[in-house]
Amino acid sequence: MEMGQREHRIYNPAMECISRDELHKLQGERLAATVKREYENVAVYRARMDEAGVKPEDIRGVEDLKYLPFMEKTDLRDYYPFDLLASPKSEIVRIHGSSGTTGKPIVSGYTANDVDVWSEMMARTLTAAGCTSEDIVQVSYGLGLFTGGFGGYQGANKIGAMVVPMSSGNTQRQIMMMRDLGATLLCCTPSYATYLGETIREMGLDPNVDLKLKAGCFGAEPWTEEMRVRIEELLGIDACDIYGLTEIAGPGVAFECLEKHGMHINEDHVIAEIINPATGEQLPYGTPGELVFTTITKTGMPMLRYRTHDICTLTDEKCECGRTLARMGRITGRTDDMLVIRGVNVFPSQIESVLVRADGVAPHYMLIVDRVNSSDTLEVQVEMTEDMFGDTVSHIENVRKYITDQIKSVVGIASKVKLVAPKSIPRSEGKAKRVIDNRKLH
Amino acid sequence: MFIKQISIFLENKPGALREMTELLGKGGIDLLALSVADTQNFGIIRIIVDSAHTDSGLLLLRDNGYTAKVNHVICAEVADRPLGLCELLSLIEKAGLSVEYMYSFLRASSSGEAHMILRLSDGEKAAKLFQMHDVKMMSQEEVDAL
Repeated sequence: MEMGQREHRIYNPAMECISRDELHKLQGERLAATVKREYENVAVYRARMDEAGVKPEDIRGVEDLKYLPFMEKTDLRDYYPFDLLASPKSEIVRIHGSSGTTGKPIVSGYTANDVDVWSEMMARTLTAAGCTSEDIVQVSYGLGLFTGGFGGYQGANKIGAMVVPMSSGNTQRQIMMMRDLGATLLCCTPSYATYLGETIREMGLDPNVDLKLKAGCFGAEPWTEEMRVRIEELLGIDACDIYGLTEIAGPGVAFECLEKHGMHINEDHVIAEIINPATGEQLPYGTPGELVFTTITKTGMPMLRYRTHDICTLTDEKCECGRTLARMGRITGRTDDMLVIRGVNVFPSQIESVLVRADGVAPHYMLIVDRVNSSDTLEVQVEMTEDMFGDTVSHIENVRKYITDQIKSVVGIASKVKLVAPKSIPRSEGKAKRVIDNRKLH
Repeated sequence: MFIKQISIFLENKPGALREMTELLGKGGIDLLALSVADTQNFGIIRIIVDSAHTDSGLLLLRDNGYTAKVNHVICAEVADRPLGLCELLSLIEKAGLSVEYMYSFLRASSSGEAHMILRLSDGEKAAKLFQMHDVKMMSQEEVDAL
């Protein structure tokens, strides 16, 4: 179908097509209320504002955002699990989490309001991909602490569509159910969508004949336009990109419409900024920089100027679909060393925490990430040290297995650990290079 | 009763073993026994050198970036005839011990007996067992004299 000629469905036109002026006014009011709430209820952030010499009454509109101090992922680790709550614990109805930068996960608490806000975001997301109450949505994101599965489930619920909460894995069964129930929309990671498509083709099925899929919302990991073309061909669908993070809400913070020209940000619930990652200074629309989010309707664990470390650009040009919500482009990189492997956030420091020995020093290591048959692979090369070494094969195999198990338990993903000779991993001057990413995602 | 062995971690890649033996050879270290345990990704090389060279050999290896350790193994004499080794293994098995690895000397002794280097699940117990059953074990001095 040609761009601009398709039918665009909009879940909440009053908000999604709001004038920019009205939006800024609404954002300003909601921001002021959120800052006041945060200042009154979160000691950590109050101290930070006091230190910066900012009072809640100084924040009267969106233009005052730049005076607020930033929040970081490390804050969620340092004040884990409940010290950033701006509501009494009794009002928290849900916890979601993702891997943190070290061994411990980070968690976010949701009030009933927050679950509702997030459901609205996902209802808009699915609607933008063509979902109505007549549709059947197969959710193949993991259902659990990870927000992906619940996000798809809640959004479809809100629309009144039929949800098939498959969660991840068991591809044969996924395809059987998809066929038998006639799923029309699919929510999963783009790499899993590719894998599903390839498996469907290998089984001799023609998605255009045997399946009823028409679109999919794919996210939780970076992907490319080439992957979009491949998924659309394999599954015979429209593949839409979605963006989200647990700290802000979950999937649906931003979503693509069928124009597939950037992801609309749910700006009545969050304010997006682009900053220079080195100076923290705000950058104008169109300039690439670090994406920063402020939640303005969340009550459980609001985030003020949360640094995502994702690099992208913003545009507030009106979209062909009719939405006025600003759009973010594809993530083109990271300002830190976070990797997304099979939808899981992985920091080299997590792997390092597993390898640290009794003397507090970790052996040299290197992470090699690749994509084989549409699935991400992680190889962890670790230089053999004397305390790991023993003169029997079983001893060394046990060491290798121990490291593999520890990585699985701390990071949450399977890896292939390879013990290599000392000094065989290249040393770099200055900051150690710990990652070789062969996936070519950017 | 026990003799010194150096074990070395090697990555399984072309030239690795040659490089290591070259290093030892140029360092004037003679190999009396050698075994290679290999897996898909790595190998463990175990060597016996005369004890005057054990420490210098270990240092040489470490200085050149190898992960290496010295451990103690038993060197047992085995009758050089059919069933000679089998009899020794029966003895070990009956005592409830197990062989973790085993290899033989490169250099023959003048006695005409074969010599096996053994790593057993319990070295002390094995040594007592061998003494009790008159299995001759080579001392470090005897190995050095080879």
